[in-house]
This record gives sequence, C-alpha cells and structure tokens, in this order.
Amino acid sequence: MSSLRRIWGLMYRHLTLFRRSWPRLLDLAYWPVLQMVIWGFTSRFFAARIGNHGAVTVSMLLGGVILWETALRSHLGFAVTFMEEIWSRNLGHIFVSPLRPWELLAALVGMSAVRMMLGVVPAAVLAALLYHFNILSVGPVLILFAINLVLMGWWIALGCVSLILSQGGGAESLVWSMLIGLAPIACVYYPVAVLPHWLQYAALALPAAHVFEGLRAALGQGVIRWDHLGWALILNIGWMALAMLLFTQQFTMARRNGSLMNLGE
Amino acid sequence: MHAIDVVSLTKRYRAALAVDDISFSVPRGATVGLLGGNGAGKTTTIAMLLGLLVPSSGRITVLGHDMARDRFAALARVNFSSPYVALPHRLTVAENLRVYCHLYNVRQVERRIGELTRELDLGAFIDRPAGQLSAGQKTRVALAKSLINRPELLLLDEPTASLDPDTGDLVRSWLERYRAESGCSILLASHNMDEVARLCGHVLMMKQGRIVDRGTTQELLTRYNRSDLEDVFLDIARSRGRHAGPSELGELTEMGERSEVGA
Repeated sequence: MSSLRRIWGLMYRHLTLFRRSWPRLLDLAYWPVLQMVIWGFTSRFFAARIGNHGAVTVSMLLGGVILWETALRSHLGFAVTFMEEIWSRNLGHIFVSPLRPWELLAALVGMSAVRMMLGVVPAAVLAALLYHFNILSVGPVLILFAINLVLMGWWIALGCVSLILSQGGGAESLVWSMLIGLAPIACVYYPVAVLPHWLQYAALALPAAHVFEGLRAALGQGVIRWDHLGWALILNIGWMALAMLLFTQQFTMARRNGSLMNLGE
Repeated sequence: MHAIDVVSLTKRYRAALAVDDISFSVPRGATVGLLGGNGAGKTTTIAMLLGLLVPSSGRITVLGHDMARDRFAALARVNFSSPYVALPHRLTVAENLRVYCHLYNVRQVERRIGELTRELDLGAFIDRPAGQLSAGQKTRVALAKSLINRPELLLLDEPTASLDPDTGDLVRSWLERYRAESGCSILLASHNMDEVARLCGHVLMMKQGRIVDRGTTQELLTRYNRSDLEDVFLDIARSRGRHAGPSELGELTEMGERSEVGA
C-alpha cells in the first residue's frame, strides 16, 4: 500500500503538469497526428496507382504508423518523464525519499502509458475519420501487438535512463535518437525479407520486426502469426531482463561515483 | 541509541580523497553543526548519510538503521533541505507538498499541508507555482517539504544561504522552536558562523575530508582563545591541514576525541 502511494505521488506530480498546461497535452498528440496525416495522404496516393491491393496497402501503412507510434510514445513517455526530474533539479529530493528504485520505474511506466494513450488515440481516431482505417479491425490480436511494442519502448527507455544515471546529461540525446535509429530494422513499413540477408538477423532480434510481420499477416491474409507473437514476447522478456540488469548496475555505479548527486547540473 | 553513528567513514573518488576516515555521533535531540570551507567534505558526508552516495569504507547508522542494508527504513524517518536542490517550479506550493506527502506516506495529507501552511506562514503563496516565489519564500517551502513527515532527523545543507538577514533569522527561530517541540535531531552544514553558534550545541570542524576538531562552541572558542566562531574557523582553515606537523594536528585530534560528540 505504501508503495502504491509513493508510485502515485510521483505520477501525481507529472499528471498535475498536464492538467495545467494545454501546450503539454497538445505536444503529446502533435507528432503522432502529423505522422498520420503525412502517411495517410502518401498511402492514398500510392494506393490509387496500385489498384486492387490499394486498400490493403493503405491498411498496412496506417496500421504501421499507429503501432510504431505506440512504441515510440511509450519509449519517450518513460524517458522524458525521468528527464523532467533532472531538468527540474528534483532528483536529489526523490532519491533521498523512501521511494525505492523499482517504485520510480513503476511510476515511469504509469506515466508512459498515460502519455502513449494521449498521443496514439488521437492519431487512431484521425485515421478512422480521414482515411476510413479502423485500427480495431485488426481484431483482438491488436492488443498483443500493442503490448509487445509498449514493452519494447520501455526496455529501450530503461536502457537510456540507465546510461543517463551513470553518464549524466550527456547521454540525454540517446533518448531522442535510440528508437528512431532502430526504425530501419524494425521493418514497420516493409517485410523483413526486403532487408539484406545479414541485416535480417539484426531485425529478427527486435520484437518490433516480429510484431509488424504479424500485423501484415493479419491485415493482408487475415491470419494470426502466433510464431511471430511468441518470438516478440520472448525477445521482450530477454531484452527487459538485460535492461533491468543494466539499470541496477548503473544505479549502483551512480551511487558509488557520485553522479546521482550531480544529475541536472 | 544516537540519531547518527558514523564510524571510520571514507569516500574516495579514484585519486581524490573526499572524506577521510571520519567518526562522529549525533545524540538524539541535539543540533550538531558541520563546519568547513568549500571542498571540506560536508556535502559528501551528508550525501552518504542520506544514502545518495555509497561510502568507500566505514559504517553509517541512522536512527538505528544500517544505511548499507536498510536505508529506506531510515529515509522514511529522515528529511533533508538544501537551497541547491529545487522543487518542481511549475507545481504550486500545495501540489509540491502533496507530492511529498505521498512519497513519505503521510496520512491526512490536506491536514498536514494546512498545519505547515500555518506554522511557516505559507498561506499567501500556497497556490502559487514554486518557480514564482522569492528566495525567502522558496526557503520556507523547502523547509515545509523537509518537515512533511515530522522527521526524527533533519539534515540541512546551508538552509539560510542567500537569504536576507530577516528571513534567515525567521528560519533559525523556527528551527529552534521545532527542535525544542519535537525533539528532532539536526545536522546542519553551514558557512554561517553566527547561525552555527546560535543553533548548534556541538560543532564538527571539517577540513580536507577530515574532522580536525570538535566540541561545543564555547569549548572551541576557549581552545583557540577567540571570541567568535568565525575566527576559529579561519584559524583552522589557515592551518596547514592534515599534513601539518604532529604538534598542531595531534593536539586538535586529541582534543576533538575528548568532546561529547566524539566518536
């Protein structure tokens, strides 16, 4: 119960900011909506030239946009919430409170979920209104796709936060570039088979590549690829375990070398 | 049981020795001053007491809890204030206090905020964002945050730095009253000698990571044949430090060990 209160305390601190600042809320939805608009018109343009397969192509591209934003917003929601503590020079108070490190991570996960929903839901609604694409048409398996992408966003963010803890603000730029840098091998808009053979191994080590293969199978052939979903989950569990190990190690190192005291300076 | 027990505490950063084998205790209900120039090791010592920094060697016990094994149990009963650690400036004072009520698992949140608002006279700006407050108002809010859980031990790092004399006096008066009423123990790191002389029953003098002297203010004044603590501070700061000759340092250390706050 005490843990839940502490987790809520940290979430309340961030939720309060959203309640008071509409530009913050707008910012959350801005990029996902913009991506949706650009990719929506682009896919319509190409679909008109493809002919019979146009509708499926539009679905794959727009479904890809929405699900990729799910991963991206989860990642940014987690990492940016942590960085806001650094920017406000508040970490000193937080780390000397009874808040356990795992409670801090739980609060970041909670805020990430809130931020992801506030970003992705407007984009999904826009896709339905402008392009008549209903992401829910993928079926209940959509939830499994989304969960895997959210998990991937979290472990990548956890890795970034771990490096910020030990390396300080210099590692902040990783937050913005890390997941976007993985986009080429996440195979959001094209199948893994398109990649050079050697790069396919790297792609298949990422849960995202399996999720998007599964999404294309669901939309194109109407089948659920449980093999891809299983691999995505196994990979997520493995990567998450590694990220937590890294966090524990870097947090301990930060308490040893004093970088915890200097974050934000 | 003491509020703080520190035994042979050392912190080494590669080649640099930030804290060098210090030992001291803070009795329950006492206010102890931690004095020293910049780089003396005061902030590093406080960071280790709060579990923010892991010692290279030595042992810290806070309110009976070994900080190496059980720091969260201690942290729930301790609090900290420093002008160098901010509160989120877009949150109002009340929202900030509410956050820390949750983090410290304080029951009856609004009632506690109301008490602190009255006691520290925060009413005029309780709904104003923390970033819009004056230095004096920020200090009072930081103090309110540090008292949110009715701490049994309060660690204060230069609590009146950059305050005008009037506000500084208000804060010092409040700390005196709070300690008398609550029986709270206070460890106060400060550069303000008048503040230390007024608030602290005992003083630990740090230099280059070591405690080079300790005692009550009166003991230190008598020992150095000075009339105010600032002169004692300057005498110690201008001495040749821990690598000084045995007659100088030996005398300081031996006298320190005899004092009540000694190890």
